[in-house]
Amino acid sequence: MNSDGGFDIERIRRDFPVLKREVNGRPLVYLDNAATSHRPVQVMAEITRFYRDINSNIHRGVHTLSVEATERFEAVRERMRDFIGAPHASEIIFTRNTTESINLVAHAWGRTFLEAGDEVLISEIEHHSNIVPWQMLRDARGIALRHIPMLPDGTLDLDEARRLIGPRTKLLSITLMSNALGTIVPVAELAELARAQGARVLVDAAQAAPHMPIDVGDLGADFLACSAHKMLGPTGVGVLWGRRELLEEMPPFLGGGDMIASVSLEESTWNELPHKFEAGTPNIAGVVGFGAALDYLEAVGMDAIRSHEVDLTSYALDRLIDVPGVTLYGPLDPELRGGVVSFGLEGVHPHDIGQVLDGEGVAIRAGHHCAQPVMRRLDIAATARASFYLYNTREEVDVLEAAVREAADFFGGFGG
Amino acid sequence: MVNLDDLYREILLDHYRRPRNRGPLETANASAEGSNPLCGDEITLELQLDDDGRIADVAFTGDGCSISQASSSLMTEYVRGRKSDEATSAIDAFQAMMIEGEEAPEELGDIGALAGVRKFPMRVKCASLAWKTLELALAQHDRHDDATRATVTTDERSTSNG
Ligand SMILES: Cc1ncc(COP(=O)(O)O)c(C=O)c1O
Repeated sequence: MNSDGGFDIERIRRDFPVLKREVNGRPLVYLDNAATSHRPVQVMAEITRFYRDINSNIHRGVHTLSVEATERFEAVRERMRDFIGAPHASEIIFTRNTTESINLVAHAWGRTFLEAGDEVLISEIEHHSNIVPWQMLRDARGIALRHIPMLPDGTLDLDEARRLIGPRTKLLSITLMSNALGTIVPVAELAELARAQGARVLVDAAQAAPHMPIDVGDLGADFLACSAHKMLGPTGVGVLWGRRELLEEMPPFLGGGDMIASVSLEESTWNELPHKFEAGTPNIAGVVGFGAALDYLEAVGMDAIRSHEVDLTSYALDRLIDVPGVTLYGPLDPELRGGVVSFGLEGVHPHDIGQVLDGEGVAIRAGHHCAQPVMRRLDIAATARASFYLYNTREEVDVLEAAVREAADFFGGFGG
Repeated sequence: MVNLDDLYREILLDHYRRPRNRGPLETANASAEGSNPLCGDEITLELQLDDDGRIADVAFTGDGCSISQASSSLMTEYVRGRKSDEATSAIDAFQAMMIEGEEAPEELGDIGALAGVRKFPMRVKCASLAWKTLELALAQHDRHDDATRATVTTDERSTSNG
């Protein structure tokens, strides 16, 4: 055991073999977790076991392997229900990723229930995947798309939000944690205002679900979207949760096998939930592997993960703020942000910061992070972004800081 | 193993720190904008071409990584005073060096320092931006449509792994 009490970082790190890798002759320091996390050996073993010992299609055969595959797959639906505190497992729909989950709602719900004059409200700090589907819906249906503005510290303007939420608001679609700045949005508060106006609430939990406890009831959500690949699971698996009454009145998103009850050449009737929204063979092994990821996260504990990241984030903010020429973006209170530290260095473009850091084995992201409106509001083209997860350490933050200082020296002579 | 010195050659850092021909050009009669949205490189290039197709003056403004800005500075230094068809051959020679890995011709001079960028595939588009923008500005001038400013944007392939 160690100083984090119960949170055995050495043991956790042993489960992620890639962390032993060297990059450019240095030990890898992986700080790009907001883009995608690594997966522990338990997840890889579960996927291998599935392909080796079972490997069948689901929901179709009477043979033993198909029955076992179906059981494994459906068990993960129940695990996910429990993970986000949803009432019914049949409300969990497996998709490819967050982006597909949001598009599913925009199509199946948005195109059915919204019409000209209705408003969808998003925020200025959304990921492109929670902006573009609504712009497409706006262009197809003539609805209005409005946004809650961002304040200079990366939080949302809640006074303006109160003014914007009104009787025309039909949907509030909002991120719980910004991937560009780390900002944690007070979704429960905003959801209450929206629901009081009869609006539905979609929560983009792509960044939040991997890093903090989530309860859809406490959030006041109607829909929630996330991606397995950011939460120790495989790529190609996403989740959409929706309240049963809403999912039931929505038409299907994609048509094909598995989503029908019966088909004639003239017409079809839809299968029951959740199968109505899962057309075609899904990423079966991926979903099964995702189950092992959820087990891993719960064994460590989402509260423990969150406190570990609050510790790393406040440590990182303290270390970086002292580096001459560094600008930190986003709220400075680590309780108000996830484990994401976006920064700039005077006279050094983020791309060059990322390059010098890579030379030191430190993997960060440089760019607009699929959040160009945030960059525009901050009047910058890009930031450098370090993002943490349960396996990162304070020592790795020290390596980050040293590498940032090296980048400053390398391009030297700017701003001091 | 990557060696950052192959990328950040001293001559490039010098052009980044002290860019040549930087600023707006009042006398411009051709211009173009280029950007790499994913990394945030932007340049605006302005040319003054005289009647016999010589680039009498050239200047650029913009913001971006050291490679994109150094390449812009080197490019403007090279093309100033040259005929537009010489500039076009330089564009071709640069592309051959960058894409096909051909040796930089002697006469490109310091521009050859950008050859090391090839070892860093993610940075090739940073080095190429100035040259693509030049190509566009020349094409725009050939069509005599000075009214509109042409723009070039590299395709944004990965949009969601944020
Ligand atoms: C806040 C947020 N929303 C949505 C997404 C999109 O996730 P995906 O690419 O898995 O669909 C991301 C991931 O980059 C994100 O950080």
